[in-house]
Amino acid sequence: MLTDLYVFGDSALHRMHPGVKILVLISVCTLLFIFEGWTSLGLGAALVALCFALSGVRARHLVAALRPAFWILIAIFLVQVYLTNIHFASFIVARFAVLILAATVVTATTRTSEMVDGILAGLRFAPSWVPKNQIALGVSLCLRFIPLLLSVFNDVRQAQSARGLDRNLTALLVPFVLRTLKSADEVSEAIYARSFD
Amino acid sequence: MNIEFADVTVKKGDVTVLRDISIRLSERRIGVIGRNGSGKSTFARLFNGIEVPASGAVLLDGVPERKNLRRHVGFVFQNPDNQIVYPIVEEDLAFGLKNLKLPKAEIEERIGHAMRSLGLDHLRTRLTHQLSGGEKQMIALVGALVMHPRMIVFDEPTTLLDLWNKQKFMETINALPQHVVVVSHDLDLLRGFDRIVHIEAGRIVADGDPAKVLDNYIASSQC
Repeated sequence: MLTDLYVFGDSALHRMHPGVKILVLISVCTLLFIFEGWTSLGLGAALVALCFALSGVRARHLVAALRPAFWILIAIFLVQVYLTNIHFASFIVARFAVLILAATVVTATTRTSEMVDGILAGLRFAPSWVPKNQIALGVSLCLRFIPLLLSVFNDVRQAQSARGLDRNLTALLVPFVLRTLKSADEVSEAIYARSFD
Repeated sequence: MNIEFADVTVKKGDVTVLRDISIRLSERRIGVIGRNGSGKSTFARLFNGIEVPASGAVLLDGVPERKNLRRHVGFVFQNPDNQIVYPIVEEDLAFGLKNLKLPKAEIEERIGHAMRSLGLDHLRTRLTHQLSGGEKQMIALVGALVMHPRMIVFDEPTTLLDLWNKQKFMETINALPQHVVVVSHDLDLLRGFDRIVHIEAGRIVADGDPAKVLDNYIASSQC
């Protein structure tokens, strides 16, 4: 599941400074867009495969990382086939898959608190008006609340399913958004209560 | 320690949620009861400054306080899912301590001590979303305890727990050396407390001896 973002381990990648991992991730992703082509994509894929091998993360995490994006990738593929050709559509989808897997390597081998430290280190020289702590906390909350939001959505879906409304978008989204906003209120109170400025 | 609310009024938009609350609390075990929407959760949130009075003041040991209240008063919410910020237990417990900018060694020591004292050491490296409801609530409590508060406020802490976890959690609360304020609909949990405050429609309608206040509350609900 995407929700199990971090995978416990003691590999070289787990021990690597989070700032370095984030920097490499950003660089690889950028380079894949600058040097467009199957050769650079192949090199990127090989690098991601090597990192996975070094990290000791199991193959099921690869599959699990791609599964939530599966239908989106299919949709992108179909649109690209319609707009361009099957060759370019395949390339676009393959590049997205490599990007997702590259990000999965980082999240699977980096604790959220380390990620936050890495982001803070990266923002060390940012101007004083940049809310560094808030940005770092925002990222950590995104990662923490993926499973919570999935759980809320499943609760809502089951409740609406019991009423025969599981295919009604309004019946699913309205309570989901309301519950999410209510949770967000309480989360902000809890963060304040725990001495965050 | 004692906390005093002096003519405190809390408004949310145009609605007055609490009106002219004046009370001084120094007992170690204080229960807060009242119907849904009576204002008791807002009352609880005043203790550590989450809620800010529209008028009046909150005094800690006789001194008006607002932002510093949270350094002295911990808070445990009804739903621990909304209190736990990080995906791994020990990371989450370190969150508040890092905000205090404590050295890493002290953070480790505080977390280790709190987890061992409650017999939760085996949960340190667990993913928070994989914990049971009871375990999450205990981790939320540890998150408050590691901050070394003098008082801890619990807002309906047992509502989402099963009977077994509810009893275990209340035993833990009762064994805490800190001052404790518990907001609850579960009146049996509050029987042994030192003082009960009954809030209705934003006002304190009864306050004092638990047996008397609770019995009157039950009688009023049967009218």
